[in-house]
Amino acid sequence: MKESTDILVIDDEIVILDAIKKIASLIDLTSDTCLNVDEALNNLNQKKYNLIICDIMMPDKDGFELLHIIRQKRIQTPIVITTGFSTLENAVKALYEGAIGFIPKPFSVDELTSIIKRGLEYGKIFTAQNSFTKSKNEDLLSFVPCPPKYYRLGYDSWMNKSSEGTVLIGVTDLFLKSIGMIKEIDFMKPEETVYQGGTCLKIYDNNEFSHQVIAPISGKIIDINEKVIVNKSLLEKDPYFQGWIYRMIPENLEHEINNIIPCSSDI
Amino acid sequence: MIFSFTKIGMKLILIVSLTVIIIFAVFAYFSIQDQSENLITEVERHANQLSETIRHSTRFDMLANRREHVHNIINRIGEESSITNLRILNKEGEIIYSIHQDEIGEMVDKNAESCYACHAENQPLQKLSIQERTRIFRIDPDSSRTLGIINPIYNEQTCWEADCHAHSEKQTVLGVLDIAVSLSEIDKVADQSSMNMIIYTLFAILLIAIVLRLAVKNLIRKPVQNLVKATNYVAIGNLNHRIASSRRDELGQLANSFDNMTKNLSEMRMQLFQSDKLASLGKLAAGVAHEINNPLTGVLTYSSFLLKRAQDNPEMKADLEVIVRETKRSREIVKGLLDFSRQSTPRRGKVNVNEVIENAITIVSNQLKINHVELKKEMLNTLPEISGDANQVQQVILNLIVNAIDALGNKGGKIEIVTTETRLSPYGVTKIRNATCPKGHDLMDSEHKIDGRPSIKLKAKSGKNEGFIHLDPVYGNHNHHYGIEFNKNEIIKLFCPQCGISLVDENDKGPDCGAPVYNLIIPEQGILKGCTKFGCGWQKWDFVDKSGDRNFVEIKISDNGCGINKDDLDKIFDPFFTTKGQKGTGLGLSVIWGIVDNHKGKISVESVVDKGTTFTINLPE
Repeated sequence: MKESTDILVIDDEIVILDAIKKIASLIDLTSDTCLNVDEALNNLNQKKYNLIICDIMMPDKDGFELLHIIRQKRIQTPIVITTGFSTLENAVKALYEGAIGFIPKPFSVDELTSIIKRGLEYGKIFTAQNSFTKSKNEDLLSFVPCPPKYYRLGYDSWMNKSSEGTVLIGVTDLFLKSIGMIKEIDFMKPEETVYQGGTCLKIYDNNEFSHQVIAPISGKIIDINEKVIVNKSLLEKDPYFQGWIYRMIPENLEHEINNIIPCSSDI
Repeated sequence: MIFSFTKIGMKLILIVSLTVIIIFAVFAYFSIQDQSENLITEVERHANQLSETIRHSTRFDMLANRREHVHNIINRIGEESSITNLRILNKEGEIIYSIHQDEIGEMVDKNAESCYACHAENQPLQKLSIQERTRIFRIDPDSSRTLGIINPIYNEQTCWEADCHAHSEKQTVLGVLDIAVSLSEIDKVADQSSMNMIIYTLFAILLIAIVLRLAVKNLIRKPVQNLVKATNYVAIGNLNHRIASSRRDELGQLANSFDNMTKNLSEMRMQLFQSDKLASLGKLAAGVAHEINNPLTGVLTYSSFLLKRAQDNPEMKADLEVIVRETKRSREIVKGLLDFSRQSTPRRGKVNVNEVIENAITIVSNQLKINHVELKKEMLNTLPEISGDANQVQQVILNLIVNAIDALGNKGGKIEIVTTETRLSPYGVTKIRNATCPKGHDLMDSEHKIDGRPSIKLKAKSGKNEGFIHLDPVYGNHNHHYGIEFNKNEIIKLFCPQCGISLVDENDKGPDCGAPVYNLIIPEQGILKGCTKFGCGWQKWDFVDKSGDRNFVEIKISDNGCGINKDDLDKIFDPFFTTKGQKGTGLGLSVIWGIVDNHKGKISVESVVDKGTTFTINLPE
């Protein structure tokens, strides 16, 4: 059994490493820090981590390369990507490449804390999921994967093409499970435009931490699911059908659909 | 160089000269031919008459057989210089009488010139027509031409009954009177004519060459040289050179379109330059944002970390809260920079104008403070959203606020931003982007702009005066530019400047003053009607009126700064117009104008020097 530490932080700036380490210690989490990807890979060989927080822009190998290597090595540790160059494109790319979260710099203590907590939850769910799959008992799956024909952006949100050129978008079950109890949901307004890679929903948990859902596709909101506004538990019960969030007119579906993952590939 | 055959002028002269030579040569040939034929006919007639006269005058002496008398008559007549020979032959061909004494008694061959006419055939002819009696020949190749005429002397009763009994009754022809007249005079005249013709031809060619040279120089060489010079200027990168040709021919049109091209090129180059600058600025901004975000992360996390630990120390907590708040504000400013760098890809969506204004104010808030600007906002909370590009709208607001700050100068002052909702009729707002005459000729003139838009160019007549009117291209606006003067209430006659077709319908009268109405075809958007009376502002565009009034969001940005003087006010939306000297590019307001125009909106400006300026923007919902 490898020695276990909670978080591995990778950034080329010491001030960021120190800051994240401090925030982690604030919620009683242990952390190791690395200045580059190679050092991190070295650490990953020796130790087990529950969460990785990684910067994008670094000399030699960048954060996307780390995502790539980790996927190749079939390491299950969830990764959160952070960057000072926080464009929508980077957010989409990070989630597409397998990151479970994207947090732009500079972040406040609460913002980082909420994503760390969620990331650790992901880890737990993945581990549980693996043991269930091994026991071949599919009824006991710890989270419901999104249905085939759907598309998803990372593990955040899903999109389903609906009638008459509109699309429905919603939050994945994994994301909701990682939050725990939902206290409040902050919706956008009809007629507003959401952008792929931009925040489209804020969910507050019982501990007042806010979790931002990143939109899978750009478009104009034409309808919000009233049932979810009235009954939040509907979202947890049936996140893929009854629990849709927005109906939208997509802006650039043809192009943007290349940036999201077809759920049929998960099965 | 001047006489090189590669030049159009020389080629033209050569071609025209050759044509002239051919025309003159053909003309001369036929005319000289004709002339000499006429002369010969005249000589022929004269010689014939002479021959008849001799025959008649010698008749009596012949009958009386007074040979001395006949000799005398022939010699006497033969003294005339034009007569080269005059002789009478008998039927056997013996020369009986001749002005050349040595010839008398000689026999003439049947093939001789004098006999040939009758004896050419085997059977000698008895009768000869007048034409057949004459022939033209040269005695020897060097001598001048000679006209010979033979006059046969026929047998008559008096001849065979005469006392001499020289002729029997059976003879038909007794002899031949043969006269030869020199044609040297006529040939001289013909030669003279040919010579004259050659001189005329040369003179004509010379004249044509001179005229052509002058014409080519003025009509072709000068304008072409100007064009060549201008293209060379453009080739070395000078796009400000203009030919400014006032000619109306094809080369003038070429020069004008060349000017137009260089003007557009220079505008495009400046825009390219500007967008290039913006793009590199964007890259720089993105880089700076990235660099600043890292230290900001440090500040934000440590300060919020401290804040958590300072819950028991209210004083410290308050201070730390300021740090956290201001750091978060910095984060928003950097985010704005990043958004700015993404501006190259416009995204259309719903825009909350109030929000956009707040964002713009956040970006310049420090500048406002430094310049002691008091900002007053009066925003309508229920302002509807507009459809458009939020970034572009923000650029408009930001630019106008920065301009206002510049106008206030160091002393500071007040800036007021008001948003309201208005309802505007299409009258006075809708732009005419395209207009033609009934024959389809384009009437838009991008050379002459009114409020930054291409105007509508029409030809106008007032009495004997003729000129152009540039109509305001906004439906219902009357900032027309008149190229000629009109009297008050005059009915203006309007024509298409290209084909001259009248645009006025005399049968259609305007409702306001009863004057005839002009019609402009707006392609695919019906017909725009207007009153032809000078000073009457009636206009009607059914196509646009049908759609009714529209709701607009109105943004007013006013300052109490230095203002804009009246002369500049017309030009402020022109590209490259700047009053900021080296500090400005002169593109700010023209870019704003372009954005507002793209959003189908309207921007106007009111300004009083030293009192202030107000920009009003109307954007459709």
